[in-house]
Amino acid sequence: MRLHRSIPLLRIVPDDTKFDFMRFRRISFPVSAALSILAILLFFFHGLNFGIDFVGGTLIEVQSKTGPADLAKMRTTLGGLGLGDVQLQEFGAPTDVLIRVAQQPGGELAQQAAITKVRDALGSDVDYRRIEVVGPRVSTELLAKSTIGLGLAIVAILIYLWFRFEWQFALGAMIANVHDLVLTIGYMSLTQIDFDLTSIAALLTILGYSLNDTVVIYDRIREMLRRYKRMPMPELLNVSVNSTLSRSIITHVTVTLALLALLLFGGHAIHSFVATMIFGVVLVGTYTSVFIAAPILIYLGVGTGRMEADEQSDKKTTQRP
Amino acid sequence: MLNISKGKAAAILLTALIVCLCAVPNFFAESTVKGWPAWAQRHVVLGLDLQGGSHILLEVDTNDVRRQKLQALLDDVRKVVRENRIGLTAAPVIRGNSVEVRLRDGDLQQGLTKLRELAQPLTGFAGSTGQRSLDIENVGGGLVRLTVTEPAILDRIRQVVDQSVEIIGRRVNELGLVEPSIQRQGNDRILVQVPGLGDPQKLLDIIGKTAKLTFRLVDTSMPVEQALQGRPPPDDEIVYGSKGENGQPYLLEKRVIVSGEELTDAQPGFDQRTTEPIVRFTFNSSGARKFGQVTQENVGRPFAIVLDNEVISAPVIREPIIGGQGQISGNFTVESATNLAILLRAGALPARLTPIEQRVVGAGLGQDSIESGKHASYFGAALVVVFMVATYGLFGVFASIAVAINVGMIFGILSLLNATLTLPGIIGIVLTIGIAVDSNVLIYERIREEVRGGRTPITAIDAGFSRALATILDSNITTFIAAAVLFFFGSGPVRGFAVTLGIGIVTTVFTAFTLTRLIVAWWVRWERPKQLAIS
Repeated sequence: MRLHRSIPLLRIVPDDTKFDFMRFRRISFPVSAALSILAILLFFFHGLNFGIDFVGGTLIEVQSKTGPADLAKMRTTLGGLGLGDVQLQEFGAPTDVLIRVAQQPGGELAQQAAITKVRDALGSDVDYRRIEVVGPRVSTELLAKSTIGLGLAIVAILIYLWFRFEWQFALGAMIANVHDLVLTIGYMSLTQIDFDLTSIAALLTILGYSLNDTVVIYDRIREMLRRYKRMPMPELLNVSVNSTLSRSIITHVTVTLALLALLLFGGHAIHSFVATMIFGVVLVGTYTSVFIAAPILIYLGVGTGRMEADEQSDKKTTQRP
Repeated sequence: MLNISKGKAAAILLTALIVCLCAVPNFFAESTVKGWPAWAQRHVVLGLDLQGGSHILLEVDTNDVRRQKLQALLDDVRKVVRENRIGLTAAPVIRGNSVEVRLRDGDLQQGLTKLRELAQPLTGFAGSTGQRSLDIENVGGGLVRLTVTEPAILDRIRQVVDQSVEIIGRRVNELGLVEPSIQRQGNDRILVQVPGLGDPQKLLDIIGKTAKLTFRLVDTSMPVEQALQGRPPPDDEIVYGSKGENGQPYLLEKRVIVSGEELTDAQPGFDQRTTEPIVRFTFNSSGARKFGQVTQENVGRPFAIVLDNEVISAPVIREPIIGGQGQISGNFTVESATNLAILLRAGALPARLTPIEQRVVGAGLGQDSIESGKHASYFGAALVVVFMVATYGLFGVFASIAVAINVGMIFGILSLLNATLTLPGIIGIVLTIGIAVDSNVLIYERIREEVRGGRTPITAIDAGFSRALATILDSNITTFIAAAVLFFFGSGPVRGFAVTLGIGIVTTVFTAFTLTRLIVAWWVRWERPKQLAIS
């Protein structure tokens, strides 16, 4: 009669796991530090593949009306226009081509002129699916605004966490999540994924969700700190991470499933956004919450004050007649 | 936690139902919805990236505004000097951002008094600060420097943007485009958005032109070549012809006989003799009188029709043109004649506008994006539901119901706000589906733990809820902060992502606190479980 009893339920994480996550900090910290340095080096020496949002220029998506597009022919046609760096790339389907024209010298109007030249050259063999022109002024502004936005988000979240937790937690969460952002930027540099406005959205979302995960663990740590006054910190942290482990994993599975659906069916336009999200939220975010955000609290001195305060209050009670 | 009064339960369900119902108008054709009362017509607007369309950001050329302001000041100074017969030792000139004039010693005091009258208190936003439109400085040695103040320039730019918005609106309407939106953005920018327009070239042709039209006489007292080599007479200037006129130079009088503001109508047509496309125009009465008078006095002389500093045609006056009607023939095509007529009817822009950003999505790509968005949403939802039911059994079904209502409410709120749904916005919704179950997972896992801790099912559920809710709130606020920042700093489609993500967080917290609890409470009351399916 009871339907739900007859279905064998998945048990992804066994009950009462007792992994010693804290021991891994001797491996995870140096590894993370090395990877972060690598990511920063990549950023400075390999750079990001900035899209037109941030460096200006023209982006045109065309669809050939007559079967698969002849990339080589288009390349020679457009290369001869004297527009500087023109990149062509197949985009999603053999008929679709993405054309990137570097920012033209000569201010805002020169960008418009470039579009007209490209259109005249390609003629009526193609459909224009998308045209984006970002002038020098707008791209400079967007870059500034995005950088400020990212910085502001980090500060706002830091203040919120400081408000809700002790400062050590806020700092620990921030270190952990800036580490996420650094690694994600490293990934973007390595893969040379387009870095445009949606990448900023991806970075902010990664920041939000990684913190979401960290906060769940921190919430538990705080609860444990109140309940078990004498448990040593590494053990307390281990118990906290283990007891939230099953939630962390199930949640990440559902988020991954949603992202997977977007990756498979969401179309080519959002491909780089979703790929970045998968890297940031799924791969880095989970690892960070467990192996960085929790153990770092030991170094930030969480819980040491608790013992002293405890002893003091003990002394007070014993001093009483 | 599990004792929810009947009234509270009704309030929760009613809220969820009403919010979900707000999404209903989206499922009907626009023509059907039009017949409904106004409050029921609110619906989600598809972003330009989904329905296709053009987004063009224009910037007022502030240097142009400055130049015009200085030129006007120079004219004013000349007028004051002339009208008050003030003696000068050097004529007024524009130097940098100022107009400088050197007055004769005896006239200095009177001149200063008169020139000071030119400074007006600024009205509008700067008015209360007591700012004036001009700084007038007595440099010494009779030199007076008049500088247009920065607030006055800003004030003028603001006016220019307002006027431009109106003129562009008229021009765009003349093109017969559907639901164009033209808005001021910031201090000196105008955002033009036209849904459904996949080829903005025509739009750009129409809004990129200042369309300043003047009728002026050609000075025939000196050959153009001589003026080009030497100096043109002080009241003349050299203006080049348009492409159709082979870029030929003309020596024109600076004085304007009639300008575009005095046109009452302009229509494209064909010349009866040559069948060439032309533009017919009609002057208002003062324009007609001035034009009639000048043409009467100058029969046999050529005059020039100048558009945006280009001579488009320079016909010879064969007879006086009295009726206030005329035609311009300037090697037009049918299209360019139509465009010019539109521009002349809508009026000239007060300053040059430069397109600084342009984003155009064709209808085909928009439709493809909608399709892929739909597929991704269905597939994502299906995956999550299957996984949740497999993991939590009946409780997984509860979670799925909560998520379904959650998505319904997201659409309801988007409709209420008349918000714009973009492709990144769809990503936000799909992500919300993945994330919304997290609140259920947190609750269920907590219940499991409490059961393992030795509680009875009902107290375990109770404790599980109350402990998990605090965590849900804390963890969602961080993402909400990120979404809020993205909303204020993002632009266009990315903003759509921030909107759905933010709304998704709000509805997720709402459903976790109310609906999920209600469903579980009902189940507990009905089933009185001795053992929990999820433990």
